[in-house]
Amino acid sequence: MDNMKLAKEKVGDFLAKLGKERFRVPQETGGSSRFAPLNGESSVDFTLSNTTVPLKSLFYPQTETLYRYEVGETAMKAPGEADEMIIMGVRPCDAKALTIVDRLFSWDPKDPYYLERREKATIIGLACQEPRLNCFCTSLGGGPASTEGLDILMTDLGESFLFQPLTEKGEKICQEAGDVLVKSEDSDVQAAEKVHKDAASKIVRKIDSEGIPEKLPQLWDSQIWKKTSEPCLGCGACTFLCPTCHCFDIQDEIEGLEGRRYRVWDSCMFKEYTLHTSGHNPRPTRRERTRNRINHKYSYFVDKFGVIACVGCGRCINLCPVNVDILNILSQVKEAL
Amino acid sequence: MKENPYQPYVATIEDTWYETVGDRAVKTFKVTLDDPEARKNWSHRPGQCAMVGRLGIGESMFCISCSPTEGDFLRFSVMRAGKNTQGLHEQEVGDKITVRGPYGNSFPLEDWKGKHILTIGGGIGQAPLRPIVEYVKANLDQYAGLTMIYGARTSGDLCFRNEFEEMMKRDDISCHLTIDIEEEGWPYKVGFVPSVLMEVNPSPENTIAITCGPPIMIRFVLENLKKLNFADEQIYTTLENRMKCGFGKCGRCNAGNLYVCKDGPVFSYSTLKNVPEAFA
Repeated sequence: MDNMKLAKEKVGDFLAKLGKERFRVPQETGGSSRFAPLNGESSVDFTLSNTTVPLKSLFYPQTETLYRYEVGETAMKAPGEADEMIIMGVRPCDAKALTIVDRLFSWDPKDPYYLERREKATIIGLACQEPRLNCFCTSLGGGPASTEGLDILMTDLGESFLFQPLTEKGEKICQEAGDVLVKSEDSDVQAAEKVHKDAASKIVRKIDSEGIPEKLPQLWDSQIWKKTSEPCLGCGACTFLCPTCHCFDIQDEIEGLEGRRYRVWDSCMFKEYTLHTSGHNPRPTRRERTRNRINHKYSYFVDKFGVIACVGCGRCINLCPVNVDILNILSQVKEAL
Repeated sequence: MKENPYQPYVATIEDTWYETVGDRAVKTFKVTLDDPEARKNWSHRPGQCAMVGRLGIGESMFCISCSPTEGDFLRFSVMRAGKNTQGLHEQEVGDKITVRGPYGNSFPLEDWKGKHILTIGGGIGQAPLRPIVEYVKANLDQYAGLTMIYGARTSGDLCFRNEFEEMMKRDDISCHLTIDIEEEGWPYKVGFVPSVLMEVNPSPENTIAITCGPPIMIRFVLENLKKLNFADEQIYTTLENRMKCGFGKCGRCNAGNLYVCKDGPVFSYSTLKNVPEAFA
């Protein structure tokens, strides 16, 4: 399908034509941002930098009911069907992160909750123009205009957005939009390529991951883990807000006569995460927990699923209250290898 | 939702009894799945686990402590230790619990045919070894022999004592019960499991040793098995870690790059000796 173009003054028409209720867009509330349904307004602020809460929260919500039951009964009722979603303005690193999490949730047995939402979602990406200080996507096979996990790549050309459909889902959206979109010119594509290139050149932080997955576990007893985990408060922000972290807890909750079993994000940085009922804890201190976090992302996940579970979005660096910096840890790892 | 691995089966407690008493009592439950279709489709192998719980309280992972050779039911031996196990201990015959699984790999009992099977258990660690014992007992003509060493702190902490005493009467099985400290009227061995292992002095010739128990016991059993010239490939154990899903999603049960729920819980020592977190 041809590349298309959406004039900025027609964004409202685009949303209306496809049905506003289907859209999820970046929204800022109370100092943090996340993807959320359009709140009545027909305008979207596409100038926001990557959302604080990653895209994963739309597919794998922080708290999610697995099934409900009545107290004293044994019948279990799974929640209804997932909504169809068009997610617009997704940064390429977050879309790439989904393709990583997909591998885990598609691993036998499949996770029906996550996969149903994935199947029903169309993702319209927005190429980054102003990478942030701690972005390092280019070190991990991504980039400001990476298309992995996207159905359409959108690039800001000033007066309009270039729409490059990448999948059947993406083409369908372009067709549905009808004459709200117009065909793009070759010059638009050239302009977009320049935007992409300029953005990539603004990424300053880097890591050469070569050799890390194979050799990382050999640094088991290295001083790195004690040193780099010392400032850690164990708040879990690095994992909750990581677009590839997927660990969860399962709990029961009763309210009145109704009960539910739900899953809720959990973090390997918490002591309780691995605590046995006996009181024994195989990862008793922040040292072991930090070691596991880095090993899981950069070695164990590669071992199981063939890809590093990090996209270089920089959230764990930006949001850590005590400046624990994964690139700093990785460069110490590189030195020690 | 057609296939939902998070949704458990409902099961009814057919029989239940205490193995041990006290703060950390062990109670065994014999249960059957309510749904006839589920019962028909269920099949487990010795070494596999299941998530057992109650709606409104929660669920925890337990080894299935019976062998499929025993019949069309499941057994779980549960030590009272926290909220979920307390909730289970309150259940009696006829009560409903939830079960999902079976999870994980199993002891390669088919591959072990023709070999001598040696189990070395401590405390509640005998629960995952029990299905091996029952399976080998049911197919004794296909194995070179069966030797069991089982110990606990006191005679009151021994699980499955009646079953052991029955087996001790047989001359085709070798069975050694031990307690840590001498007690009046105790007719069997006294001493730690690793020491009793040295005393029994099993030959490594054509033998597979499987051990499970407290981490400290496992450590010394492994040391002693090496002293007895068992090769790493002849030694097996089964690991436990905190689990929530049971099938590789929730993340927490890994020992190094291995998920205990999916890659395990059964591992040979030749694998585990290279996993730094395996005995953490």
